[in-house]
Amino acid sequence: MAKQTVTLKVNGADHTAEIDQRLLLVHFIRENLALTGTHIGCDTTHCGACTVILDGKAVKSCTVFTVQADGKEILTIEGMTTNGKLHPLQEGFMEEHGLQCGFCTPGMIMSSYALLQENKNPTEEEIRWGISGNLCRCTGYMNIVKAVQYAAQKG
Amino acid sequence: MIPGSFEYHHPGSLDEAIALLSSLGDDAKVLSGGQSLIPMMKLRLAEPAHLIDINGLTDLEYIKESDGYLTIGALTREADLDRSDVIGKKYAVIHDTAHVIADPQVRNLATIGGNLAHGDPANDHPATMLALRAEVVATGPNGPRTIPIDDFFIGPLTTALAPNEILTELRIPAPTQGSGGAYLKLERKVGDFAIAGVAAVVTLDGSGNCTLAGIGLTNVGPTPLRATAAEKFLLGKPLSDDNIAEGGRMAGEASQPTSDHRGSAEYKRAMVKEMTIRALKKAKARAEGEQ
Repeated sequence: MAKQTVTLKVNGADHTAEIDQRLLLVHFIRENLALTGTHIGCDTTHCGACTVILDGKAVKSCTVFTVQADGKEILTIEGMTTNGKLHPLQEGFMEEHGLQCGFCTPGMIMSSYALLQENKNPTEEEIRWGISGNLCRCTGYMNIVKAVQYAAQKG
Repeated sequence: MIPGSFEYHHPGSLDEAIALLSSLGDDAKVLSGGQSLIPMMKLRLAEPAHLIDINGLTDLEYIKESDGYLTIGALTREADLDRSDVIGKKYAVIHDTAHVIADPQVRNLATIGGNLAHGDPANDHPATMLALRAEVVATGPNGPRTIPIDDFFIGPLTTALAPNEILTELRIPAPTQGSGGAYLKLERKVGDFAIAGVAAVVTLDGSGNCTLAGIGLTNVGPTPLRATAAEKFLLGKPLSDDNIAEGGRMAGEASQPTSDHRGSAEYKRAMVKEMTIRALKKAKARAEGEQ
């Protein structure tokens, strides 16, 4: 089995590991780094539960090999909090009841984060387009949109 | 789902990538955006022994206008096509297409080259490139060669690329005055493949007669299809409602859909007809100066 040593900067900290070249990024994050906030939902590039930020762009980490991220920077849901203070998006999801079961929430927050990085004041339609690669099955889109609006207003 | 084992290669130049492809042969697959290949590997529909990751070849990411062509580097991401000013203003049909491919996360990685080289009739760029009469540049050990888009799609998931060639560039003839295009995709939900899709491109002369027509069809045949009879019918005629309706009818007849979970063949053929009519109307409006 082909192995390779990689170094990824995840949530600001460098992590070096020898891994199988076929290891998917989501498994590296969850199993090697024990950062289980990034979820595996459909595992087929549909649901967006595994969304992370890779060098500034939202990607589905179930559809990227870890070796492709060698030398790159990753931001996961665990990196959204600074010094125990919630990110405005996390606060928004809490205040606006943007979740029921919570399974899709980390992916929703990472996609919304990418959207707000590009567009600080999105319309409702732009928010819906921005999270169109993320599925919620508790029918919570109304409140998810409100949560993103909350975060946008808070800046 | 865990893909089969493979050896990973990360060439630093196109020459190195082609040398690898030449020496590894059929055991190797080229990895660009990976948004079709990696899911196929996870489902074990593809089990390449070697993966040649070309994402390091950043000189293949560009959108340029030169010598009467728009040239797009094969590694250009869908998100960059979606955001490009020149494409938004002058090549609305390409913007329409990139905008509805998969979803935002997938568009951040997925490439136009991969979308075409995969040879999937369900992919969206092929119909648009057929309508635009694009040329595909393939680079192998003997350098680049140009393949007309009509010769590129050979069968399901099969293209004219040789095993040791990499798709490196798309060349699209610059539109003349009075040109416009549109891509319409009927899909059940964001991220799904098209039930059917239609790309239409037209050029109108000063008196409103059609001097160039291109119509490409998505996911209604074993390969992406050109609605040749409809294109010929429209040439030299004004794009009246009647002529557009007849063009739509002929495009529906040119489609070769099969019944599946996305709908019956009859339904899909009816949708090709209707969407061709709508795409032609939108292309005409854009040719007349509407954004």
